Amino acid sequence: MSTMLEVRGLAHRYGAGPDAHVAVEDLAFTVAKDELACIVGPSGCGKSTLLRCIAGLIKPSAGEVSLHGDRVVGVPDDLAVVFQDYSRSLFPWLSVRGNVEFPLRTRVGSRAERRARAQEALGWVGLSDAANKYPWQLSGGMQQRVSIARALATRPALLLMDEPFASVDAQTRADLEDLLLRVRRDHGSTVLLVTHDIDESVYLGDRVLVLSKSPASIVADLKVDLPADRDQISTRGSSTFVELRTEIARLLHDRQPAPAEPAPAAASASSSDELAAERFLAAEREEAHQKTAT
Amino acid sequence: MSRVAGFAQRWAVFVVVVIAWQLITSAAQDVYFPTPWQIVQQGWTLWFTDGDGNVAIAESVTEDILPSLGRVVGGWLLSVVLGVALGTALGRSRTAMDYVGPLFAFFRALPSPALLPVFIVLFGIETGMKLALIVFACIWPVLMNTVDGVRSVDAVKTDTARSFRIPRTQWVTMVVLPAALPKIFAGLRLSLAIAVILMVVSEMVGTTSGIGHALRSAQRQFDLTSMWAWIVLLGIIGYVFNLALLAVERRALRWQPTRSGAANSKQTAKAGG
Amino acid sequence: MRPVYRNLIGLAGFFLIWEGVGRVGLVDPTSLPPPSEVAGTLVGLLGQESFIRDVIATMLAWLIALGISIAVAVPAGLLLGSLPWLRSSTRVLIEFLRPIPPVALIPLIILTIGSGPDAKITLAFYASVWPILFNIIYALDDIDPLLLDTARSFGNSRARVLATVALPHVAPFAYTGLRLSAAIALIVTVSTEYLAGSQIGVGAFIIDEYIAIGGMDEVLAGTVVIGFVGYLVNEGLERAGNRMFRWSDTTRAEALT
Ligand SMILES: Nc1ncnc2c1ncn2[C@@H]1O[C@H](COP(=O)(O)OP(=O)(O)OP(=O)(O)O)[C@@H](O)[C@H]1O
Ligand SMILES: [Mg+2]
Repeated sequence: MSTMLEVRGLAHRYGAGPDAHVAVEDLAFTVAKDELACIVGPSGCGKSTLLRCIAGLIKPSAGEVSLHGDRVVGVPDDLAVVFQDYSRSLFPWLSVRGNVEFPLRTRVGSRAERRARAQEALGWVGLSDAANKYPWQLSGGMQQRVSIARALATRPALLLMDEPFASVDAQTRADLEDLLLRVRRDHGSTVLLVTHDIDESVYLGDRVLVLSKSPASIVADLKVDLPADRDQISTRGSSTFVELRTEIARLLHDRQPAPAEPAPAAASASSSDELAAERFLAAEREEAHQKTAT
Repeated sequence: MSRVAGFAQRWAVFVVVVIAWQLITSAAQDVYFPTPWQIVQQGWTLWFTDGDGNVAIAESVTEDILPSLGRVVGGWLLSVVLGVALGTALGRSRTAMDYVGPLFAFFRALPSPALLPVFIVLFGIETGMKLALIVFACIWPVLMNTVDGVRSVDAVKTDTARSFRIPRTQWVTMVVLPAALPKIFAGLRLSLAIAVILMVVSEMVGTTSGIGHALRSAQRQFDLTSMWAWIVLLGIIGYVFNLALLAVERRALRWQPTRSGAANSKQTAKAGG
Repeated sequence: MRPVYRNLIGLAGFFLIWEGVGRVGLVDPTSLPPPSEVAGTLVGLLGQESFIRDVIATMLAWLIALGISIAVAVPAGLLLGSLPWLRSSTRVLIEFLRPIPPVALIPLIILTIGSGPDAKITLAFYASVWPILFNIIYALDDIDPLLLDTARSFGNSRARVLATVALPHVAPFAYTGLRLSAAIALIVTVSTEYLAGSQIGVGAFIIDEYIAIGGMDEVLAGTVVIGFVGYLVNEGLERAGNRMFRWSDTTRAEALT
């Protein structure tokens, strides 16, 4: 199997000087073609940062990323991202079809073909009938399906998903997981999916990469020895599944500093919380700043 | 049935007020307050009859009304094009507004009719001056609102668009401008009201044509019925302008989620003036 | 670079260009006096008692008009916004009154009220009542029904619901309307002053200077002063609004005006 994605010595820090916050530290891994790799890690450990580096949305402070052998600088052409926040990732002024056609405008010359491809991608996620609706007329799960269809319609070499199912209810989540597995099986895509849900990572992945608490580094790289055909009930009940999830849980847990040394734990937790709070406030200030008079 | 009732309810008060106005004014016989009927008749004479009382498009339509409308619409459209283009460019830059923001906010706060003398000496007294003044007054609300709107594109949409590597033109036309549109329309409504004000003001000061001029000369000649007719005409013009802008806005913003009540009052929630 | 420096550089650049176009003869310096000259006149004017009185007169008329507008528009808006039948039956009337440009009424006001302060107050009131009124009506329409149901489910009376849910929701909208009103009312006050031949006020000052001596530097200085006042009031209202209504998404409130 050839390598689709290769990440070497990747590090990213926000800010500079003594205030710098190291979000990702010295990461290295590869993802093979047609593989579905899951990255699981505690909240705030730097998963989104990692994904944004891979997507070329931000420039890593150190290290490099290559996609099918080409070094990534800027956003590569044949890559698509599905964000967690579907309500903000879909364009409310475009219909469902318009949203799916959006990335095709530059990629597919003919209008008719664009439309056909959008319709096809919508078919994969079971939304053929909703093409003319606006995103707000759909439920949350349907909206996320639209953004999955939009990403798939570009036929990306690599599909990146940042906690794609974190904002939907449990039932929808299970449906979307199965949908992803089905679409991937039918179309053979390479997927790198980020989640903080251990079960989800095992259920979906061919491989699970476990990340440590901030700054993120790889703690373990586990192969998932489950049959390709998975099922929400029997797979999740199988002993392999249970063993794997227990192991990951232990890995994640052990990485948290032991209760014997609580001081650094509190320090690191509060520092990242503080940072998050500060980012939030900064964003708010910015918003307030932008509210100039009408 | 309920439709008829609704219609009756909506118009009943209006009709009652007009009838009351007619009755009160005809009873009072006050020169300052002609009856609505007299106003309508005067309007007819002013605009739809020639010198001999025959039905025709009167000179005042071609000499006053049409030029006035041309100036408002022309000046306003010009300022919209300039304001949106400039506002989009400025809003996309992080620092550009730091340089010009306070200056533009000051221009927006200027009561532009006060600048009329300056514009008269600079541009003369004819159409050029009026257009320039209307553009100067209208451009700031449009520009500032466009900047605001352009900046309201959220981070997730920016990332989404970037992750698809779309070209610049598609980024501006399909992401930035649609996101800015609700704010831009708020600016357009305000600037349209301002455009009509400046049209009237600039025509009132020493010109020989235009609705403002006609209004002013009716006042000078103490021709109160004509004056009222012109005022009513300005009301109708303002009403039609609002309606037209609203129709365009509805179309352009049809993607916005609406609650039926919200949609109704949106019709009325426009900048006054 | 700090934004303040950028602000100052921008202003300096503007003044340089303005000064420059006069110096190189692009425009006649008597038509558009350079800022150096206007600044001198401005300083002189600020020392003149009669000019200060003009500024105060304009501001007073403006403030009184805004005050009356608030006093009328807030209760009227609340009433119209919470009684649908009242609103639908007055809607046509309001829709016909509102678009009349306030300056169109100047001749009528001159003939009936005269050209004293009450004329400009009346017109500025007429101009500034609508934005507040409409924003309140809109805001009442826009309340999330879930919020109302929540309040009712706790057994609150209609009046209490109005006070605890509706008013806080309406306030930022009304405030945005007020800011809009302030801007329009200033335009109308100044316009009236000089179209109606008022005795006193910045508008009167400008037109007098223009007609009497054609002094463009006085016209510009007067405009700058009143523009600056308008700018300060707008900025002040905006800052205060951002502070008062921190909890609300005022971006939305503004988008509706
Ligand atoms: N733009 C930024 N500026 C400064 N710090 C940031 C920025 N973005 C993220 N961080 C910090 O970097 C760390 C990692 O953030 P990131 O969003 O990558 O975490 P995550 O693992 O995706 O978290 P979650 O599970 O909550 O999505 C956090 O501590 C966060 O506070
Ligand atoms: Mg994240």
